[in-house]
Amino acid sequence: MATRLTRFFASRWGIILAGAVIGILAALLQQAGNPPNMGICVACFERDIAGALGFHRAGAVQYLRPEIIGFVLGATIAALGFREFRARAGSAPIVRFLLGMFAMIGALAFLGCPWRALLRLAGGDLNAVLGLAGLTMGIAIGVQFLKHGYSLGRSYSARPAVGWIMPFTMVGLLLLAVTSPEFSQDGPIFSSAAGPGSLHAGLLISLSAGLLIGILAQRTRFCTMGAVRDVILMGDTHLISGGAAMVVAALVTNLLLGQVHLGIRGQPVAHSSHLWNFSGMVLAGLAFALAGGCPGRQLFLSGEGDGDAAVFVLGMIAGAATAHNFSLAAKPDSIVEGVVAVGGLSKFGMGAVAIGLAVCLLIGFSMREKR
Amino acid sequence: MESIRMDNVVDARGLSCPQPVILTRKALESGELLVEVLVDSVTSRENVRRAAEKLGCRVQVAEMDHEFKLTISR
Repeated sequence: MATRLTRFFASRWGIILAGAVIGILAALLQQAGNPPNMGICVACFERDIAGALGFHRAGAVQYLRPEIIGFVLGATIAALGFREFRARAGSAPIVRFLLGMFAMIGALAFLGCPWRALLRLAGGDLNAVLGLAGLTMGIAIGVQFLKHGYSLGRSYSARPAVGWIMPFTMVGLLLLAVTSPEFSQDGPIFSSAAGPGSLHAGLLISLSAGLLIGILAQRTRFCTMGAVRDVILMGDTHLISGGAAMVVAALVTNLLLGQVHLGIRGQPVAHSSHLWNFSGMVLAGLAFALAGGCPGRQLFLSGEGDGDAAVFVLGMIAGAATAHNFSLAAKPDSIVEGVVAVGGLSKFGMGAVAIGLAVCLLIGFSMREKR
Repeated sequence: MESIRMDNVVDARGLSCPQPVILTRKALESGELLVEVLVDSVTSRENVRRAAEKLGCRVQVAEMDHEFKLTISR
């Protein structure tokens, strides 16, 4: 039975099922209260968690998102159930931390991870097209490095504690979310009163959706970066059929729920500064490709015992704090007296994307195995 | 049967995807008729199996202690 299930989840129908479920649940989560075109966004939600813990003080984006907790714990449950939980680590963790930081800075220049780019498209936000083009470009650069021997080196089996730190951290965050203690006056745990952080579905709904997605994605290895990479690298359309299923399922559900608003200017939690939508995602795509997974995939890996993926996740959370503390994250378009004011990046944000690209290229060139 | 030379063996243990697949394809494309691939995750096992089958190869898998040996033949 377990073997047959494993073969099904490894099949094309398995990955299509996972993508479709993620797309439908994302649209439903938006209906249930999550921010518009952000039913699920791994980067945004990790940023919200960083805010809830007070690592940054951007008041509009602070909330302990239960979806993220569910992703990790769902993957842990699936990995344990199928005897795949294996503690491992040791593949250039500090490089992965840095890649995580710059991946987040790039994603916050666009305002979304690859999942949200697909969901924004499914909600009619055409800025997502440039984001996805940038993502593809970044991954294509990463593929060139892979073809020329780029490698972060081997990981090794580790003591069980290495694998369990991330799942237990998530249990800790869940306890904080449920009890919401106030550690000091005007201190964490923060929860936005206005803005995207204030928009959320109920805790149990978010957590359940996260767990289901975590289980499915762990079994099918759903990965939006891998989807594009495998097509470019070897014409393999397995993973991308999951991404396509996600867009189609989200689009259909959005249409049924009246959540599609076609346009470019003034889209929800988005900006129409084209160059930086594109460039931000080039940086994110390159960083994901060099680290071997999109933000979602890194969470699922961290749930099945991968200590290196866990370090990438921590890097992303540190990157979110950096982005908001140093005004690197993009400002969304806003409507002032009925006129759309185009948002985008500060000069610091632009500089950070440029530095990020330079650092990622340096990592790509320097981390090569001579063959 | 001739014993397998070392360059027929791809040790991809601990490498994350897509490196096991890239190394396997390189070995197959260099003209080897029989390639052994060592991996240590189910994900890599499935990815290498899928890539090899796509190239029209036969794949046999042996499991030992959380590690897998894939024997790939043309």
